[in-house]
Amino acid sequence: MDDSLMLDANAVAGDLAEMFGYDVTASMHCCSHCGNRGAMATLLAYIHGPGIVLRCSICHEVVVRWVRTPTRTYLDARGAAYMEVATR
Amino acid sequence: MPEPLAWQIGTVTAVRPESAEVKSFTLALPAWRPHRAGQHYDVRLTAEDGYQAQRSYSIASAPSRTGEVELTIERIPDGEVSPYFHDVVRVGDKVEVRGPIGGYFVWEPALGGPLMLVAGGSGVVPLMAMIRERAAAGDATPTALLYSSRTIDDVIYRDELASLASSNHGLQVVQTLTRSQPPGWTGYARRIDSEMLGDVLRGLGPQPLAYICGPTLLVEATANGLVELGLPPARVRTERFGPTT
Repeated sequence: MDDSLMLDANAVAGDLAEMFGYDVTASMHCCSHCGNRGAMATLLAYIHGPGIVLRCSICHEVVVRWVRTPTRTYLDARGAAYMEVATR
Repeated sequence: MPEPLAWQIGTVTAVRPESAEVKSFTLALPAWRPHRAGQHYDVRLTAEDGYQAQRSYSIASAPSRTGEVELTIERIPDGEVSPYFHDVVRVGDKVEVRGPIGGYFVWEPALGGPLMLVAGGSGVVPLMAMIRERAAAGDATPTALLYSSRTIDDVIYRDELASLASSNHGLQVVQTLTRSQPPGWTGYARRIDSEMLGDVLRGLGPQPLAYICGPTLLVEATANGLVELGLPPARVRTERFGPTT
């Protein structure tokens, strides 16, 4: 990993909004590895590979990743114990 | 629940050079929505063969400017999107954008302060939106901007920052030039370090709310430095934009 290329999840907020239907950067998540709870925007984003990887800002383990094809998005969020999204 | 973001076609209504490598582009938007200072827009270019390139650019204008938005864009020499803006885009051109985006790296007067803003290079853009919003709202939150640039010619919004700092109650602008300094320079002349952060913090009062934006390594060092100086991590918000160019 080249840490000078690391961004915040804020940088991929548009793609996240596409998947979740609205802007989730201020929504809370809980890391399933270390239990840290924080805003989605605090996740560290690695965007220069074929897919996008979001890592915990505390333990640096993978929380969310996704890959897009021309017709599908494959989302793996097993690194999040839960996500909290506003429904109204 | 807010409505999903949709792509829309904006029209460039003004292009203004800010420094040798930086220009501001004003876009008129048919589906304009009020933004919060610190948010960004995604910009998407589509080639004739269908290839698309997408980047995020921070909003520089205050939310009080309705119907339009100003994006300040630094030219990245081997970039896919920024050279197009710098070399090709003219007033009247159409560009595809979606936004405003981001609910975390945002500030509005209701969030209070004191406000500690730290910028490296074009990381000043979202912080400038906060400074402009503060000025437009007549807000008096004690605010310090610590802004690192390579040379005096790389300083974005130079005249506006000078005039805001002299006329605006409670706004302090502290600059450091890391590569070269003009004759008579009275600001700092090194990379942001703990001593510099301490100097600026002392003038601000207790428990400031900090926003740091710039190259990733500057953001990391500054965020760690502020926490070591006693700021609670929850009071430090960061936006990294990648490697130094």
